[in-house]
Amino acid sequence: MDALDRVVKPKTKRAKRFLEKREPKLSENVKNAMLIKGGNANLLVTQVLRDVYALKKPYGVLYKKKNITRPFEDQTSLEFFSKKSDCSLFMFGSHNKKRPNNLVIGRMYDYHVLDMIELGIEKFVSLKDIKNSKCPEGTKPMLIFAGDDFDVTEDYRRLKNLLIDFFRGPTVSNIRLAGLEYVLHFTALNGKIYFRSYKHSCELHFCVLPLLLPGTVGTRLLLKKSGCKTPRIELEEMGPSLDLVLRRTHLASDDLYRLSMKMPKALKPKKKKNVSHDTFGTTYGRIHMQKQDLSKLQTRKMKGLKKRPAERITEDQEKKSKRIKKN
Amino acid sequence: MEGQNVEELLAKAERDEAEKLQRITVHKELELEFDLGNLLASDRNPPTGLRRAGPSPEAELQALARDNTQLLINQLWQLPTERVEEALVARLPEPTTRLPREKPVPRPRPLTRWQQFARLKGIRPKKKTNLVWDEVSGQWRRRWGYQRARDDTKEWLIEVPGGADPLEDQFAKRIQAKKERVAKNELNRLRNLARAHKMQLPSTGGMHPTGHQSKEELGRAMQVAKVSTASVGRFQERLPKEKAPRGSGKKRKFQPLFGDFAAEKKSQLELLRVMNSKKPQLDVTRATNKQMREEDQEEAAKRRKMSQKGKRKGGRQGAGGQRKGGPPSQGGKRKGGLGGKVNSGPPRLGGKRKGGQHQGGKRRK
Repeated sequence: MDALDRVVKPKTKRAKRFLEKREPKLSENVKNAMLIKGGNANLLVTQVLRDVYALKKPYGVLYKKKNITRPFEDQTSLEFFSKKSDCSLFMFGSHNKKRPNNLVIGRMYDYHVLDMIELGIEKFVSLKDIKNSKCPEGTKPMLIFAGDDFDVTEDYRRLKNLLIDFFRGPTVSNIRLAGLEYVLHFTALNGKIYFRSYKHSCELHFCVLPLLLPGTVGTRLLLKKSGCKTPRIELEEMGPSLDLVLRRTHLASDDLYRLSMKMPKALKPKKKKNVSHDTFGTTYGRIHMQKQDLSKLQTRKMKGLKKRPAERITEDQEKKSKRIKKN
Repeated sequence: MEGQNVEELLAKAERDEAEKLQRITVHKELELEFDLGNLLASDRNPPTGLRRAGPSPEAELQALARDNTQLLINQLWQLPTERVEEALVARLPEPTTRLPREKPVPRPRPLTRWQQFARLKGIRPKKKTNLVWDEVSGQWRRRWGYQRARDDTKEWLIEVPGGADPLEDQFAKRIQAKKERVAKNELNRLRNLARAHKMQLPSTGGMHPTGHQSKEELGRAMQVAKVSTASVGRFQERLPKEKAPRGSGKKRKFQPLFGDFAAEKKSQLELLRVMNSKKPQLDVTRATNKQMREEDQEEAAKRRKMSQKGKRKGGRQGAGGQRKGGPPSQGGKRKGGLGGKVNSGPPRLGGKRKGGQHQGGKRRK
């Protein structure tokens, strides 16, 4: 709609498609992430950004040059980059004496900074330092958050929300069970956050159940292939592992956060009226009926009790006299 | 015998199942919270085992991760599955974690004027075919666009209509009509857009009377009203002390192509003479004014830089005494014989100077 809302209309279909991809929609695109190096980024921080880019491919942009900005002081250049590359998540790495090996993770709402959290990297093991086979890029990772610290303070809660937003990848309706092999595990312990990535190769188990059909000579074995048998997980450490410590935060105010969380009415789940479920799983329905005239109700006829014409006339006369009396 | 065999086999199968179940069960004090739409699990148990471990709790972390992943996988394996092209695929539910959007919710746009009218009258868009039969070329052509069926612009013969002037250019008339239609369409689109965004078109900015207009807006509206007559404002009367509006004529004036031959000859010869002469021709006043202006601009730029630096260092260190008065030794209108010495800086020459801070002739303050 924004392409039609412009004063200068796009002249080619390609330009129009480009603009339509970037305009606000009811159900949004996958969030892109931009990975930026600061003016004084060192080798460790650069390597971290490269590894995170490998995790976030193809929904990420890695900027090769150094950009001399300070996210916590001036957000304009970050907002400019986000507008140009249509990225709503960002990760900014820098290093100086006061804040060594600094990583700022943040997200944007309407191309303005919503939340920013600064983390310090204490230990880092890169993808290439761990020599084993990696999983294909673009795999949707499983996210696990351990530790009760993630619910205690507002900072940690937002950090959890931000990390889910950053690493979750595209929303899919079906997932191939054999392709679930990548796990990102975040543990909050003693003020530190341990970020580990593990790989699991899924083996399908075959269950052999011999079935004897009655009345046959000899036994017949029927193999039941069960890919639905839950495998036992064995993990091996694969990817980048970081030990992070929480430094500064710049969280959005409550009303801005609530504004960004607003869901359009069309996407809210539709409630079915007159249907209710109880805890045992029974579904109850409600039917609304009109008022019934009980005198016209059809019941079983008993011939013996049927009124004879003479009696009916006398009844009518009684009713008339009663009515006159009342009036 | 066979019965015994069967019993044994069944017992063995049961034992196997129990074993398998044991392999995949994990005991946790507090149940994990799952968001299967996002493949997310949250473990609220306090990490006591990890706290006991030393500075590098790698093995314990891996064990914890293994347990949590096992629980998540158990949940995922219970989802309804289907087979899609030889792969077992589970249907994920909607994600339950609420995450902020990246862009605001799109606002519904108000209807355009045509859409309102169509809705009122009950007009619905007619479905049209893509191709139309073109008699002239004898083939199916598209309705509009490149190589369209009935292309007006490609006609080489237009009959002069009954009541029209025979000397009129019909082709030009057609092109003009098309331009007007396009312009009208564009204007309507912009008006619809302005209405959708509740703004005013810049061309008709302050023209509708609101009662809260400023002096400039009223002046502009009055000017436009004056010019909006059949003779484009030439015969509009002015109030007794009203001045003629300046800057309403043509911006550039060109000499006619052929007119005054004598004047043209004179100007060309003068130009050649100036080019041939050895002495440089300088308009002294213009040159000094230009020089003064450049120096002023440099000073202003320096002042700005100093003030910016001052702000950054957290305090204004005084703009260096660069006041607007400037060094009083500048300025002064020079005449005559100082033709070639314009870049003499602060003039220490003798010669007449009309007072200390007298600025040059045509200089604006």
